[in-house]
Amino acid sequence: MAITFTLNGKSQSVDVSPDMPLLWVLRDTLNMTGTKFGCGMALCGACTVHINGEATRSCITPISSVAGKRVTTIEGLAISENHLHPVQKAWMEEDVPQCGYCQSGQIMSAVALLSKKPNPTDADIDDAMSGNICRCGTYQRIRKAIHRAASSMAGKAHSAA
Amino acid sequence: MATASVVNRREFLKTGAAGGAALVIGFHLSRKALADQAQDQEKKTPNPFDAWVRITPDNRVTLVLGKSEMGQGVYTSLPMILAEELCVDWKHVHVEQAPTNPKVYDLGTGGSGSVAGSWLPLRQAGAAAREMLIAAAAKKWQVGADTCKAKDGYVVHGHPERSFRYGELVADAAKLEIPNLNKVPLKNADDFTIVGREVHRLDTPAKSTGSANFGIDSRIPGMLYAVIARCPVFEGKVASFDGTKAKAVPGVRDVFEIKTSGRGASTSGGVAVLADNSWAAMQGRKALEVKWDEGAAANESSEELRRQFLENAAKPGGVLRNDGDAEAALASAAKKVEAVYELPFAAHVCMEPMNCTVQIGPDSAEAWVPSQGPQWAQAVIAEAAKLPPEKVAVHTTLMGGGFGRRYQADFVMEAAQVAKISGKPVMVLWTREDDMQHDFYRPASYHKLAGALDNDGKLTAYKHFQTSTSIAAKWSQKGADDPGLGEFGTGATIPYATPNIRIEYTLAHSSAPRAWWRSVEHSSSGFVMESFIDELAHASGQDPLAFRLKLIGDSRKIPQFGEGREEDHPLDTGRLKGVLQLAAEKAGWGKPLPKGQGRGIAGFFSFFSYVAAVADVSSSNSAFKVNRIVCAVDCGRAVNPNGVRAQVESAAIYALTATVKDAITVEHGRVVQANFNDYSMIRMKEAPPIEVYIVPSTEAPTGIGEPTVPVIAPAICNAIFSATGKRLRRLPIRHEDLA
Repeated sequence: MAITFTLNGKSQSVDVSPDMPLLWVLRDTLNMTGTKFGCGMALCGACTVHINGEATRSCITPISSVAGKRVTTIEGLAISENHLHPVQKAWMEEDVPQCGYCQSGQIMSAVALLSKKPNPTDADIDDAMSGNICRCGTYQRIRKAIHRAASSMAGKAHSAA
Repeated sequence: MATASVVNRREFLKTGAAGGAALVIGFHLSRKALADQAQDQEKKTPNPFDAWVRITPDNRVTLVLGKSEMGQGVYTSLPMILAEELCVDWKHVHVEQAPTNPKVYDLGTGGSGSVAGSWLPLRQAGAAAREMLIAAAAKKWQVGADTCKAKDGYVVHGHPERSFRYGELVADAAKLEIPNLNKVPLKNADDFTIVGREVHRLDTPAKSTGSANFGIDSRIPGMLYAVIARCPVFEGKVASFDGTKAKAVPGVRDVFEIKTSGRGASTSGGVAVLADNSWAAMQGRKALEVKWDEGAAANESSEELRRQFLENAAKPGGVLRNDGDAEAALASAAKKVEAVYELPFAAHVCMEPMNCTVQIGPDSAEAWVPSQGPQWAQAVIAEAAKLPPEKVAVHTTLMGGGFGRRYQADFVMEAAQVAKISGKPVMVLWTREDDMQHDFYRPASYHKLAGALDNDGKLTAYKHFQTSTSIAAKWSQKGADDPGLGEFGTGATIPYATPNIRIEYTLAHSSAPRAWWRSVEHSSSGFVMESFIDELAHASGQDPLAFRLKLIGDSRKIPQFGEGREEDHPLDTGRLKGVLQLAAEKAGWGKPLPKGQGRGIAGFFSFFSYVAAVADVSSSNSAFKVNRIVCAVDCGRAVNPNGVRAQVESAAIYALTATVKDAITVEHGRVVQANFNDYSMIRMKEAPPIEVYIVPSTEAPTGIGEPTVPVIAPAICNAIFSATGKRLRRLPIRHEDLA
């Protein structure tokens, strides 16, 4: 049975087993491989996407539960190649990624954090980001990049106001 | 399907994207870092080149070499080195993975050797190309070459300045003789404008937008996804299986047995479940019914292994080093210190689980492999496909972590079998559980140390007995399985002055696959040596830093013990002292701390580099917190200091996980831990700030991916001792050891 949801702003229909996790629908059915498989048990955060704006582990989210909802993946974060999200820009400025495999999930968690707490404390970052494992140990650069993104987004908000 | 690997190298190298003639210079990377592995192959190598610089008329500079990117940043640092001598913008040097050629031995990527082994060859190749372009321009202008110079991708001459872009010169330059690479003039280091600069990595944009392609992201038209049911017991086999229920799972296409064996196999194979997508394959595997022949290893356990260790330790081991008479010095010591240290198996845990995509046709094969050793992958696929290796094209993809795990070809062997039997393009995907339970683990080891001190607090004897599930015993060719010094690494090269040294080793048996884990044997040796030296310092009533500096003594060079191939890379005690002093100074060594807080120091030499760490730890109620880690490194000239710092930060967190998190344990011949819930990793809230200080150096670059690992555990355990008076002698640190 076809399941319809909004994927990165566009309507998307898939005809797959309703218990198939969103992760595998994205990766194997739709060939959108930016969202990563790390553990299959919501333990590592590599598969993090936004569902209706909430950071969600797609590896344990059945596709049936996504029907009618808004899904945003790493591919849908930037407005265009030249208009990256401030969090992505901060990731580049701080040279966060090493192997880079976990970073889609890290960035999605960071964006969700900043949408709720535009000026997060270190404790906020600890809470929001501790579900995302980075085996390359880029944590302190992630922390810096989140603070940097927060400042840059605050700056934009001011100039817009 | 796409054609197999281009065998005609000349053709491949001389035509760039723009077509037409190109300036191509072939050279070879240094084999020093992995000399023993390469030596045999080198003799068989008919082609002396394994790397090329290609400059095409469109001004494109391409560096072709067999180095893989697993996060360590070589696709940034290697172009910087070439660009420095070639006088071009390093950001415009495009790295292309060399096609895997069975006739050319390629080193693979490991041993913290990419920058170290490429430094001189890349400079020479860049300088040769520069000189040829200058000569070509000089000829066109009919002026002396010494009146022309290279600048930002142009050769320039005179006032007012006239210039040719490199692209305009390549056709003429290509007709010139390539200068002798060993004699080509290299830039004076004072004139470096790229090497030593803080630069951003080139691959960050792709890794921040989800567009970077890892092995697991390979997508081939018509491909199937496969998972494999493997016997959970080491070396166990399939007795029988029933695939009926598995085949009934929607999306499952096929179920069959595969067999893997020989060098590099982690299991004896298993039952493959092929499906339209990864999820269906995993569901199919859950429904699969398999009876296993568990074999003899089913009796193995961590407890049983520990009994072996204790039995071995009760007897003398094989003597690997014997300077003076350590036993006599210990017997007559004013003060004798003895201690036992233990380390468990450790898993690599790359964030990207193992995977490999293979397509085998009648005359050729193609594979997409996240591999540190693509040439081995090629050989393994060729064998399964019954094709000559040159008919197998291996695309080395980005890797979601390597840490030594991806040197192996076990997952490639499986994928090749599945592709061969199914006749379809197929990705074999490992789940996290597969990855954790079928790894090649860092060996488990048991160490008995003894040290003698005289009345002046001088070290009069140092004895280190080790028993372990050696790597060499697993990997050496039959008849050569004589583990020994290799299991100590630089742990047998003692920088602390003492006339009497005794190093002994006894092999312990295990069926668990073992191999190279980030920093390999140094991860054990560093913990043991630097913890025990700390014990000796405290036993003699001296400050641990002062004690170390006193025993290291005057600056001198100590040959690496027993490793003849590294004779030209002795341990320089002056550089070891340098990092210890720098880390201590930056960490505020000696400044008072509140009760329950302590600092610990450790320094170690490995991969020809020197790293020291000072950990700052708070402890109360048998819990502890690492507040801060300060590292000082001397890895010769830092090509990209930003990249060096990233590697030190990374290795520190990797080592911290092994220090304070979980052990891999064995019960009934199988690994107990399966996912991040029982083999946990350091997370954001547990990650301490890590400060990195780089010793300015004019020495050639040496390794940096690994050498921080050995110093982290001892620095932390030494800090805990300083804070609590409790000496921790086994890893990982357990709650009860602090109680």
